[in-house]
Amino acid sequence: MQTLRRWVGILRTIIGVPDYDRYLRHMRVRHPGCAVLSKDEFARERLEARYSRPGSRCC
Amino acid sequence: MRSARTIIIWGLVAALGAAALGRIALSRGESINAAWLLTAAICTYLVGYRFYARFIATAIFALDGDRATPAVRKADGHDFVPTNKWVVFGHHFAAIAGPGPLVGPTLAAQFGYLPGALWIIIGVVLGGAVQDFVILCASVRRDGRSLGQMAKDEIGPVAGITALVAVLGIMVVLISVLALVVVNALKSSPWGTVTISLTVPIAMFMGLYLRFVRPDKVLEASAIGLVMLAGALWAGQWVAANPALAPIFTLTGPTLALLIMAYGFAASVLPVWLLLAPRDYLSAFVKIGVVVALAVGILLVLPPLAMPAVTQFVDGTGPVFSGKVFPFVFITIACGAISGFHALIASGTTPKLLSREPDAKLVGYGAMLTESLVAIMALIAACVLTPGVYFAINAPVAALGTTAESAALAVQQWGFVLQPGEMDALAKSVGESSLLSRTGGAPSLAVGMAHLFDRALGGGGMALWYHFAIMFEALFILTTLDAGTRVGRFMLQDLGGQLWPKFREVTWQPAVWMASGLFVAMWGYFLYQGVTDPLGGINSLWPLFGMANQLLAAVALCVGTTVIIRMGKARYAWVTILPLTWLLIVVMTAGWQKLFSADPRIGFLAHADKFSALHAAGNLPPGVPSLAAMPRMVFNDRLDAAVAAFFLISVLVIVFESVRIWIKVVRGAVPAGSTEVPAQSATLFAAD
Repeated sequence: MQTLRRWVGILRTIIGVPDYDRYLRHMRVRHPGCAVLSKDEFARERLEARYSRPGSRCC
Repeated sequence: MRSARTIIIWGLVAALGAAALGRIALSRGESINAAWLLTAAICTYLVGYRFYARFIATAIFALDGDRATPAVRKADGHDFVPTNKWVVFGHHFAAIAGPGPLVGPTLAAQFGYLPGALWIIIGVVLGGAVQDFVILCASVRRDGRSLGQMAKDEIGPVAGITALVAVLGIMVVLISVLALVVVNALKSSPWGTVTISLTVPIAMFMGLYLRFVRPDKVLEASAIGLVMLAGALWAGQWVAANPALAPIFTLTGPTLALLIMAYGFAASVLPVWLLLAPRDYLSAFVKIGVVVALAVGILLVLPPLAMPAVTQFVDGTGPVFSGKVFPFVFITIACGAISGFHALIASGTTPKLLSREPDAKLVGYGAMLTESLVAIMALIAACVLTPGVYFAINAPVAALGTTAESAALAVQQWGFVLQPGEMDALAKSVGESSLLSRTGGAPSLAVGMAHLFDRALGGGGMALWYHFAIMFEALFILTTLDAGTRVGRFMLQDLGGQLWPKFREVTWQPAVWMASGLFVAMWGYFLYQGVTDPLGGINSLWPLFGMANQLLAAVALCVGTTVIIRMGKARYAWVTILPLTWLLIVVMTAGWQKLFSADPRIGFLAHADKFSALHAAGNLPPGVPSLAAMPRMVFNDRLDAAVAAFFLISVLVIVFESVRIWIKVVRGAVPAGSTEVPAQSATLFAAD
């Protein structure tokens, strides 16, 4: 089960799925007390960033 | 003890690679097995990775595992995230590998397998992988800056602006030529058209599912999407076999071109979560799956190559595209040997993910070697077809005529064998009405792959495999096209915003619609021109794309060289100057010929002159629908010439600016101080 979860995580990163849990962990450890984006806001912000500049896709 | 063993092992790898290279280069008149090509490629890659990449890593950049990368230093949980090197490798490979390394080698097979294979194998080790690696290192040392920013910071503002405008122009040509490949693959093919059309609602279904039903369950939604794709393949077959429905989906080139433009526009203005993102996820899985399947198919079958090592078309009379093997093989195969577009990715998302500097070797150099292997496999898939079949699929109507008999005759005149019934039987076996003059590379690659898969798995499935291959090629291409259109829209909004700030607002719908429409119109114009071109369009647009891509590579190598010289490592600058020089020779020669060659099959301007003379005399050349269409074709030729001239001049500007800086630094007029972010130990930063 643990292995499966790890592989799912790896696959998700490779295809570029935004990782909200990692973001939350980061904010908790590095910026405790700061306001965090909601899951929905985070997902939208990530997608906009990915498709608004060259450098995420090639020929 | 260990060093002795290392020497023996690497000696063996090098010897095996050299033997395989010798075998493919020296065999004449007998067919050789694909295994030799694979062995030569893989051994060369291993030696290049072990020795050349390591040399660049240590002697030039002195990559340091203790030096904090941007991902560590600026970790923010979303953009900058330290990531395992194999995961970054997978991510980077999925981003750089697209339809380019599949289509280019297929087209270049008209010269035989040898010129393409040598360029792919040697070009990647000394050129393409070096470019990706150097730009990745440069960007990692500069907080993950983009290529455009680095051009501005390292070389100067003129180079920066030129690079920006050139990137925009290159995207227009790239998208139009890839769209043309899709149009040519779907023309008069109800099966293909239905299957590809269904991928759009499938992606939207996934998008809605991810938003409202099971948010964030991407793998689950992708699995459902993949099952639905299999259903789309089946639905296409069903429609094609249905006499009432098949004619509705049997579309002409111009209709398909308009539909693809509408799709690009929709993808640019619709919310990303609805269409682009789910399609990208799906495409990433299909991409990895297909690369693995192609490798397994080739390894299981180990087919002999039916194409000769070198064909007579190295003299420039080839029907697939015109021009001699030098310089045209080097611009026809861009992706797989060296691709400037990668520099945008190596200075985009990837440098923000590297957790340790030494990982750049695997990600920058290694991923490009892997893409090169994909190109070799595509070349093999094209060369398992007999030359007769290959040319019957890839030569335009102007060369083959429109009937099976005229095609067989033309192919025989080139000295290859094609039975009159052979193409009909082949078309029937893959479920198409005709395979003659299906230019663009996608159909012949799909036939080659179907042939391999069919043999690997025991036969009977040619039609399904063919349409599976067409589906994934189109899926790759449409993913590049929709994401590219959206990026192009943002770049236009940014440029327009310089004059009128409100135009930049991404929430202001009129600006979004105008910029999207303008960008689609730009690539749509070239696409439409290609679709209606009697020479097949690929002949004029693919060289333009290849030149554009190689020119972007030249820009990247200029930036790389400047970075190396400014680091005080001028004595090693030959690492990037060597591929840069080669690219400049190749691209300038090709550009000059495309502009000024007196042969109307090669030179844009000569072709324009020939057509205006014919028009004035009232003569209608074969393949042209009407005299009234000719002035527009003359205009298109001149436009293509202007675009080629624009690309060449942009690069000359950047090269000139770069060399000025190099001389200043070497002479000491400009201090050699590095423009890198100062080194900090990774241990200063806490992990999340």
